[in-house]
Amino acid sequence: MIDKLVPSLADAVRDIPDGATVMIGGFGTAGLPNELLDALIAQGAGDLTIVNNNAGNGETGLAALLKAKRVRKIVCSFPRQVDSHHFDALYRAGEIELELVPQGNLAERIRAAGAGIGAFYTPTGYATDLAKGKETRLIDGRGYVLEYPIHADFALIKAERADRWGNLVYRKTARNFGPIMAAAAKCAVVQVREVVALGALDPEAIVTPGIFVKRVVHVPNPALVGVGEAA
Amino acid sequence: MKRLTRDQMAARVARDIPEGAYVNLGIGLPTLVANHLPRDRDIFLHSENGVLGMGPAPAAGAEDYDLINAGKQPVTILPGASFFHHADSFAMMRGGHLDFCVLGAFQVSIAGDLANWHTGAPDAIPAVGGAMDLAIGAKQVFVMMEHLTKSGQSKIVERCTYPLTAVACVDRIYTDLAVIDVTPAGLAVREMVDGLAFEELVRLTGVPLKAPSEHALA
Repeated sequence: MIDKLVPSLADAVRDIPDGATVMIGGFGTAGLPNELLDALIAQGAGDLTIVNNNAGNGETGLAALLKAKRVRKIVCSFPRQVDSHHFDALYRAGEIELELVPQGNLAERIRAAGAGIGAFYTPTGYATDLAKGKETRLIDGRGYVLEYPIHADFALIKAERADRWGNLVYRKTARNFGPIMAAAAKCAVVQVREVVALGALDPEAIVTPGIFVKRVVHVPNPALVGVGEAA
Repeated sequence: MKRLTRDQMAARVARDIPEGAYVNLGIGLPTLVANHLPRDRDIFLHSENGVLGMGPAPAAGAEDYDLINAGKQPVTILPGASFFHHADSFAMMRGGHLDFCVLGAFQVSIAGDLANWHTGAPDAIPAVGGAMDLAIGAKQVFVMMEHLTKSGQSKIVERCTYPLTAVACVDRIYTDLAVIDVTPAGLAVREMVDGLAFEELVRLTGVPLKAPSEHALA
């Protein structure tokens, strides 16, 4: 019998090594797997490359991982926010590397990794500073930039509901990067608010099929805060 | 001359959004456009973080932090709304499925180049978000901005001096002084605020403009 549920958050992140590339779902705080991030901080892995849309909010979650100086490099589209002070301080001190990626290129590079695409041409960013040094090509008279996939060792994701095969549904805009990160990482670890019996999820409505998910951990009462809200 | 307020600018942009349009409103000033869309028109608001059919802000106390907009503020959804992941959301932009986007700007050039993501200042932390995807993707790119900087410089320029968001992407510029189309033949003024003479607009803008009488308005 296959049961992807692991007994604890600590078990869920136990083997993330120093130097790993870790995708973290979420857009601002929506979909951010706060409890998995707390477990990662407690586990102690460092020198990490983090892929997330932002660079942490307030004092919890990704911001806490940054504050603990576990991150060598961050790949994101929008680091600067009203409450991204921990990233801002590290960046200004030259203690973190930033790869700034237009948001659609970030999403498509993640999608491409999960879909086995070697690289792709995109019009986004053409003739801008964010395409400097990249290969370009004119296709039907329009300029495109060659972008490569972003692979990851682990993805930490938050979903609403899972069964023991790892099928997932999400909640509202907390879905954001979850489905594509699950497919792009070698090991997708998902915290869910609710675990349901096999067969309880409508097959027509499953968003992430279990093939993309390695581990599920049950977090029934996740922290939920807004950007700019003190946690 | 009476400059438009931010709300008047938003109302002016809203007038040009037809029923049935799929629209993305950028962070900041463009967000105000939503308040001026007529409620009897079906207009589909897209948010980059995976929602179509976005509604107004929730009542105080009814915020759901799993339901936010691109500016990470709580929102609501309308009946008929849908959620989707980020790759699909940006396929809607890049794939040319959005009819309009409305973006703020630091500068727009006479060729329609847009600069709106980074000042390039050494101490500034760069952040781009979805700006570049919207600029190249939407069928019509509207820019909404003050005509002049705080120090009185025109934000409509010969060539952008700030880092570019995209080349030749802007279709129309709405400012507190005028509505201006970017055309292959140059910048064509559609409207000016009451009491503003065309010659004065040209003087303030500092780049060649075609007067409304010089071109047929589409």
